[in-house]
Amino acid sequence: MSAKVTYLEAISQAIREEMRRDEAVFLLGEDVGTYGGAFKVSAGLLEEFGSERVIDTPMAEAAIIGSAVGAALMGMRPIAEMQYIDFITCGFDQIINMAAKMYWRVGMPVPIVVRGPAGGGTKGGPFHSSTPEAWFFHAPGIKVVYPSTAYDAKGLLKAAIRDNNPVLYLEHKLLYRMPELREELPEEDYVVPIGKAIVRREGEDMTMITYGAMVHQCLQAAQVLEREDDLEVEVLDLRSLTPLDREAISASVKHTNKVLIVHEDALTGGVGAELSALIAEDLFEYLDGPITRVAAPDAPFPYAPALEAAYLPNAAKILSAARELAAY
Amino acid sequence: MLERVDLLQIYYFMRLTRAMEDRTRTLFLQGKVVGGVYTAQGHEATTVGAAMSLRDGDCIVPQHRDLGMQLVRGTSPRAVMCQWLARGNSPTLGRDGQLHIGDMHHGIVPMISMLGESLPVACGVALAMKMRKRSTIVLASCGDGATNTGPFHEAMNFASVQKLPLVLVIENNGYAYSTPSHKQFNIQNLSERARAYGIPGETVDGNDVLAVIETVGKAVEHARSGKGPAIVECKTFRVRGHSEADKADYVPQDVREEWLKKDPINLFEAYLTREGILTTAKKAEIEANIKAVTDDAVRFAEQSPAPDPETVADYVFAPDGPIAIVGEPGAEDTRYVNALDRRTGQPFTTIRKTEEAIGRR
Repeated sequence: MSAKVTYLEAISQAIREEMRRDEAVFLLGEDVGTYGGAFKVSAGLLEEFGSERVIDTPMAEAAIIGSAVGAALMGMRPIAEMQYIDFITCGFDQIINMAAKMYWRVGMPVPIVVRGPAGGGTKGGPFHSSTPEAWFFHAPGIKVVYPSTAYDAKGLLKAAIRDNNPVLYLEHKLLYRMPELREELPEEDYVVPIGKAIVRREGEDMTMITYGAMVHQCLQAAQVLEREDDLEVEVLDLRSLTPLDREAISASVKHTNKVLIVHEDALTGGVGAELSALIAEDLFEYLDGPITRVAAPDAPFPYAPALEAAYLPNAAKILSAARELAAY
Repeated sequence: MLERVDLLQIYYFMRLTRAMEDRTRTLFLQGKVVGGVYTAQGHEATTVGAAMSLRDGDCIVPQHRDLGMQLVRGTSPRAVMCQWLARGNSPTLGRDGQLHIGDMHHGIVPMISMLGESLPVACGVALAMKMRKRSTIVLASCGDGATNTGPFHEAMNFASVQKLPLVLVIENNGYAYSTPSHKQFNIQNLSERARAYGIPGETVDGNDVLAVIETVGKAVEHARSGKGPAIVECKTFRVRGHSEADKADYVPQDVREEWLKKDPINLFEAYLTREGILTTAKKAEIEANIKAVTDDAVRFAEQSPAPDPETVADYVFAPDGPIAIVGEPGAEDTRYVNALDRRTGQPFTTIRKTEEAIGRR
């Protein structure tokens, strides 16, 4: 086994290994080459692969994503980096109208990965903290993945690069260098299949369904609930939002009969809304309490520390909602 | 120099383009086209001329008024008519209409309705060609309206920085739907936009097919030699409305009259006749050929089935499997996911069978 790596290093490894494995894979984005990326995800790639495969682009997200689409139509496998995922809005049309509808319309695959740092907790304010999965979760034709561990970060990115469809790969920037997430990764090549959730913690009193950085907040809350409330909480990490692992959701809910959905994105129309609807439709008779959601309020992401703390879901908020649901 | 046979071929494609659009309009008036109809009467010299400058392996990125380009590059009239009639065997299986069709193995990138958005995609195709060290080029087009979009700027700027083998033909027909040029931009010629990107820009009479071929040809040569992108503005006129639902009564009568006198097909026909290239017998032969092709396309489309409603949510995602790099040896091997249209298990249907193709090789 090799040395322990961070979530960020796992992402870098995935890009490097895939570029070595397949000459069709290349990276383009703002400051990804000489500078190595705003967060240094691509540090060293220019030196190894050259400026034709690690392309520093102008500040132009439609050009970045659109060029990725064009190259993908030619059979290449581009990785388009958004410096912060917030800026994906500047290239929205290329994803929604160009890439995501292409195969369905004309039968030509568009194997692109659009990836970038998402999420809050870094004092990034309204334009460097967002987590945009719900927009893309709603759009047919694009897969959405959101790893929570270093192992998954690497395995899901490899799977995304090898996938024949547009994949939105969301990396939570708060997890990039989090020491607790360092882990040894297998020496051999592996992928984490897209569309498969994982149970991070088993339990029978309640299921917390979550993804991304909130997985760790849920695990913290679950520990407290075990210690202080004698409750065994199951934590289901979705890992992929599209396609959704309905079997894993169903199996867990049937087992625990209570559901708490936790996400960092705003409440209304979020992924949790769809999960709630699915569970209410398919698993109604298995429920022993109301489907409960913990999410950010329906407001833009704020800057000041006091506001950010009030805005973001965390273990304390999850704990309080879980206790209410447990008592139902 | 263009040979006699080339000149007659150009004439054929210009006439075929107009005939196909006339038939489409008839089908629309008969209530057989379910959605909007967008035609390009007046653009034929620009669209046919631009595409005549290309070689095998080159790629076009056409827009909604570029039937001429599509036909020159081999798009099947049957496929076009199946698109208009929303048939289940159309290139989009009835999921999309109009000229929103393409086939990468034959160098045609499908457009979307958000005009301007195809230009970044054109950059990506050109980028792949550059990365693969090819001598092929991409010919993209857009209207005057699309030159005002953000993606236009992003694409041309990126293409210039990367020295991509890209030629952009701007079809300036004076109106973006109803909005005239003076409300869209404050420059005389849209080729001036090229200066902002440090690339060559030329303006040419878009109704003079030989002038279009010469000017686009130079731009293509520039791009092919590795010097980067170039812009050619073809000044032309959209004789009909934005769509067939638009009477275009915002166009002053005298402006329309003036342009009708400059009809590109009439101009070219007069030239060919004057030069003794187009004889009465040859003209009759070409007209009979065009009638046969359009009749066949309409008949084929009318006899084709509607899509199966059961398939509405199929094919949202492409299947797993290897993907070929388009244009490289073996790329059309059927083990590649992008070699055949996996939705049907058949070759992409945009292109005629090779033996039928009249397009220049």
